[in-house]
Amino acid sequence: MREIAVVAFAQTRHSATDQGQSEPELILPPLEEVREKTGLRTFGFTCSGSCDYLAGAPFSFVSALDALGAWPPISESHVEMDAAWALYEAWVRLQHGDVDSALVYGFGKSSQGDLREIMTLQLDPYYLAPLGLDQVSYAALQASAAKVDRARLDEIVRRSRADGRANPYALDLPDPGGDAFEVEPLRPYDIAPVTDGAAAVVLAAGDLARELCERPAWITGIAHRIEPHYLGMRDLARSASAAEAARAAGAGKGHVDVAELHTQFSHEEPILRQALELPESTIVNPSGGPLAANPVMATGLIRVGEAAQRILDGVAGRTVGHASSGPCLQHNLVTVMEA
Amino acid sequence: MTLEARHVLEFPGGYTRTTGPVIGRFLTELRDGRLVGVRTAGGRTLVPPLEYDPGTGDAVTGDFVEVGPAGTVESWSWVHAPRAGHPLDRPFAWALIRLDGADTSLVHAVDAGDVKAMRPGLRVRPRWRAERTGQITDIESFVPEVTRIVSPVRTEYVLKPGLALARFLEGVAAGVFVGCRCGSCHKVYVPYRLSCPECGIAITEEVEVPDTGTITTFAINNLPDPRAPEVPFVSAYVLLDGSDVPMITLVGGIAAHEVRQGMRVRAVWVPEEERTASMANIKWFAPTGEPDAEL
Repeated sequence: MREIAVVAFAQTRHSATDQGQSEPELILPPLEEVREKTGLRTFGFTCSGSCDYLAGAPFSFVSALDALGAWPPISESHVEMDAAWALYEAWVRLQHGDVDSALVYGFGKSSQGDLREIMTLQLDPYYLAPLGLDQVSYAALQASAAKVDRARLDEIVRRSRADGRANPYALDLPDPGGDAFEVEPLRPYDIAPVTDGAAAVVLAAGDLARELCERPAWITGIAHRIEPHYLGMRDLARSASAAEAARAAGAGKGHVDVAELHTQFSHEEPILRQALELPESTIVNPSGGPLAANPVMATGLIRVGEAAQRILDGVAGRTVGHASSGPCLQHNLVTVMEA
Repeated sequence: MTLEARHVLEFPGGYTRTTGPVIGRFLTELRDGRLVGVRTAGGRTLVPPLEYDPGTGDAVTGDFVEVGPAGTVESWSWVHAPRAGHPLDRPFAWALIRLDGADTSLVHAVDAGDVKAMRPGLRVRPRWRAERTGQITDIESFVPEVTRIVSPVRTEYVLKPGLALARFLEGVAAGVFVGCRCGSCHKVYVPYRLSCPECGIAITEEVEVPDTGTITTFAINNLPDPRAPEVPFVSAYVLLDGSDVPMITLVGGIAAHEVRQGMRVRAVWVPEEERTASMANIKWFAPTGEPDAEL
């Protein structure tokens, strides 16, 4: 395996409402920031993650290339997934050995549509989508199956929002309150907020990584696993695929100082903590996590970026970035990074 | 100036999707009002059927077996405010339902009426649409199995009050309380009665008692009652002066929280022209303002 590291990370100051920027306009500042941090203007490979349904326009990701400078033609790819999977593709591409740097970015403006209904469109068209099963409803089914104590959920949201208020890139959300249900057992504050935003990461291999950065966040393990899509075919109280991905990435081979988990609902944190076998001493989502800022399609990449940044900044020695896709944590990607 | 445009993403008429033989079989049976699962090589029954065994990745067998129609709710979430795209326009549950004979669970709506009706283990059955087209929505929703019924009971009677009560109400019609004294124990009972419940002998001596008395105990009622003018109301035992057994009455003309044991009260009668042979003649008992009595 080639040594690959995260050498730069940047994100927008995420917003709960549409600030009037188009997607390329949203991406440009974080792209500029990682170019500046690394001094690189061109990359051996570029890969992005986004979802055309967020904008409601086919091939909308192509227009995002305007922020890149893709002429003369560059080696570029895209995943219709969270950009954490774009990072995975870039890591695989760097394993080929012929290029040494990769630019990864993701973006999403979920303020433009109704995210709960857009997420219904990812469901299988025979058995689930025709029911009108929306994102919060299926998440509530998982919360119900997981039977997590209400006080624990409240504490997760309180901590996430407090950490988010301390994070200049996350939203300023008040301490959770109110006893109304969105879809029982989930309360409105258990749900990640609608957010617009973007993020970018630069990967570099071997010596180039050491050149570009004092303390690269070396990817020592990266793996993703998936479960059956249909909710009734799996045990929703657990995440078998997250556990498998964590094992394959070697998450448990050393102490995890910090884990950034892609928790779009508060009850996902205890499920993922258990799947990743994180001890109490692991700090989870010090950035506030998705419950404090959820720019869909960039949120998972930001988990990797935030976990890497702790190493780049020298405050952690071994971190995990987790990303999830599909209904009820169907598909999970675990990235282990070390100083 | 903020520029905004409304934009709708829609494929006119919807996408045409082929079902393949496995999903197609399920939807065809569904149209006929039957639920089927497919067997895996390992002998598990997948409902709804998938083309491949999620456990092994192998193709499933061609064996379809009828399951349900009843099933058991494994877990559920409750929609308090249905959205436009939801299958029901009133609060309902999403549930994972293990149909009888299946090894996996079906996701569908349960029309349970109230969140209190939902619990793991709840037995449910499909409510079929009359017009079925071969869609998962041919089942409008699942509904709980019948576990209870409501049995209305009503029958009519003509009642007479009995001799003693008739005599008492005759007095009430005239604005007096009629009681009686036992010839053996000398206790005075109000209302009037024809036997002494302690001595078990007939009573012959009739006495009239005043409409003043003392509250011995009381209760504050917060549930409306057709016999009380307002909520909260106080019902009290009042020991009429000269009697030995208290009578239950309403207490009014005073805030509920000020009513106390030992309080002196007097009957408030409705105007003479409104009186009938009924306890409705006494609106309630109201404080007299005298000092409290020792009980």
